[in-house]
Amino acid sequence: MKETQTIENKATNTQQTERISGSEAIVRCLLAEGVDIIYGYPGGAIMPVYDELYKYQDKIHHVLTRHEQGATHSAQGYARISGKVGVAMATSGPGATNLVTGIADAQIDSTPMVCITGQVASHLLGSDAFQETDIVGISTPVTKWNHQITKASEIPEVMAKAFYIAKSGRPGPVLIDITKDAQFEEFDFVYEKCTGVRSYKPVPETDIKSVEAAAELINNAKKPLVVWGQGVILSEAEEAFKAFIEKAGIPSAWTILGVSAIPTEHPLNVGMLGMHGNYAPNVLTNECDVLIAIGMRFDDRVTGKLDEYAQQAKVIHFEIDPAEVDKNVKTDVAVLGDAKASLEAILPFIHKNTHTEWHQKFKDLYEIEYEKVIKHDLHPTKEGLTMGEVLHQINLESKGEAAIVSDVGQHQMIACRYAKFNQTKSNITSGGLGTMGFGLPAAIGAKMAAPEREVVSISGDGGYQMTIQELGTIFQQKTAVKIVVLNNDFLGMVRQWQQLFFDKRYASTEMTNPDFVAIAKGYYINARRVTKREELAEAVAEMMASKEAYFLEVCVEKEGNVFPMVPSGASVSDIRLS
Amino acid sequence: MEKELKQFTVSVYTENNIGLLNRISAIFQRRHINIESINSSVSEIESVSRWTIVVNLSEEQMKKIIGQIEKQVEVIKAYYHTEEEIIYQESCIFKMKSDLLFDERQIQNIIKDSNARIVTVNRQFFVIEKSGRKEEIELLHRELSVFGIMQFTRSGRISVSKEEMKISKMLAAFNH
Repeated sequence: MKETQTIENKATNTQQTERISGSEAIVRCLLAEGVDIIYGYPGGAIMPVYDELYKYQDKIHHVLTRHEQGATHSAQGYARISGKVGVAMATSGPGATNLVTGIADAQIDSTPMVCITGQVASHLLGSDAFQETDIVGISTPVTKWNHQITKASEIPEVMAKAFYIAKSGRPGPVLIDITKDAQFEEFDFVYEKCTGVRSYKPVPETDIKSVEAAAELINNAKKPLVVWGQGVILSEAEEAFKAFIEKAGIPSAWTILGVSAIPTEHPLNVGMLGMHGNYAPNVLTNECDVLIAIGMRFDDRVTGKLDEYAQQAKVIHFEIDPAEVDKNVKTDVAVLGDAKASLEAILPFIHKNTHTEWHQKFKDLYEIEYEKVIKHDLHPTKEGLTMGEVLHQINLESKGEAAIVSDVGQHQMIACRYAKFNQTKSNITSGGLGTMGFGLPAAIGAKMAAPEREVVSISGDGGYQMTIQELGTIFQQKTAVKIVVLNNDFLGMVRQWQQLFFDKRYASTEMTNPDFVAIAKGYYINARRVTKREELAEAVAEMMASKEAYFLEVCVEKEGNVFPMVPSGASVSDIRLS
Repeated sequence: MEKELKQFTVSVYTENNIGLLNRISAIFQRRHINIESINSSVSEIESVSRWTIVVNLSEEQMKKIIGQIEKQVEVIKAYYHTEEEIIYQESCIFKMKSDLLFDERQIQNIIKDSNARIVTVNRQFFVIEKSGRKEEIELLHRELSVFGIMQFTRSGRISVSKEEMKISKMLAAFNH
């Protein structure tokens, strides 16, 4: 941190320059941006930068992942739990292309990330040189911004811009591709932080008229419903959000990226929206009179059939990205701007209310869901372990203090539905892209960014094997993540769809799995397998008590299904309980 | 797709940056929208580029796409207009056999009536240039095609809006 300040002082106060190489400049830029950890994988075209990282290893910790995809997901996990920019680094060609999945994931889930790739020397560009690939072209549609550097002198300005763009406004991934000759080239280095780009307006101005119009609709509403998303977390609007819903007394439901913004136990929390969300908020979306969307984008997994989504309601949309307004759901009042600022602005206009009768409807529907679904998930009496009871045990041990990092599939829906959270930024999952393999490496990044916190990675047997090699990273870095695999020997979510919509034709969803415990032990990670209900509580307790990484495989029922479910293309109010 | 398609002319003011063509065309490509014509040039403001893109869309789709274009970091501002809201020109070039000038005398009248211009003539061929509205160019093409056209090419549309597009003001605001 001290080093960072000296560099900044040099840059901003005296404008002194220093003659250094492009690759050293890259590392100095990272330091100036407060980067302490980067995730990456070396290779030919990025070697000069790695040589500098070697020299600066007491200031920047480089984590060697076992695959570049793992580096991006670790950087994402780091960013999601800390709110800081995650950094991933790779060489040209395959190193760069291996980043693409993580970049696309960060783009759709608005995660601030800067990826740095090496590139062949500028005189070789376009010559099909060894490990040359057009990563700027490839990454264009999945980055917020990208740029290729061919001259060392461009480095400070472009790097400063990269961090500014990644973090500001609606965050997203930025890729900077640097040719090898630019890394070697010496130039006069001076660093200035970026404070603005003239063609880019990160936060639109909030129109006070829209705030007043929204307040009027909210004050006159008889059956208002708040649906919130990650925007609340990204703008650190948690307190403003809580103050707003508490004053207005509005039942509030979340998207899977929005959960943990307020504690799970908050009385106004009415649960999860969407395909596998809770019964009450889905059904009552089609009964509310004013729908107040805050920092969410009406993803199709949330809305179901759009023509039958909240047609009866007036819609208010608090949103930072103007392109999201009216994209999927037509709004009556759009409040553009940063969620925190907008919510603080609206609070004085809001009348106190309780909406007691309206709340009762949510409670009544919850009771139905509890009897038909939740009870059987969390407290099963039949043979065969459920994913839900594993989550229940984790909750009992974590008391809501753990960060839960899930992968993609049935276990993810169960984890999001049942995990309890007391702290914000605690549910880390791949929402928009649905990237299997996200969980394990993301958990590594989360644990490194918040070593004081308990981080539990929950995966299925399918997704786990997509990035299982990151156990090597965990072993080498001594990262104390807790790894849970809910093993049903199936690609469970696809199997569920095959059962429900394809007459049980289980095409390529059954998995013959290896000995996961032996694999974890191969990486010298403590490991245990649970097959019986009697062992579960004790095994989870042992895992949570461990000071080191710990692997727990739970063999759950093979053909368990996740309910409730809004079938694809159906209306949210046609949600099925079985 | 049930919505009525209209022709829109999109004007985009951008920073002059490598790769922006890719970024903007990808917005259309991703939504399976065909670009009728695209033109990039300098604008009235130094170091600011201006794109003119012609597409057929519903107005609702058009609005969403403008949002997606403006979202790009290096885009300063994007507008869409109907044909009534702009003054536009397209230009085209015909290459034809020189014999025709003597054998088919009405060609000279066609050129004169259409306000086209002969750019060059040599023994083998002559070249006609015509700027105008889309229909005028189509008419000239129809009239000349009966004589046989050796080569034909048409440019993308360029246009100015009747209403002011307040780019200079926006850029000035940033500098303060």
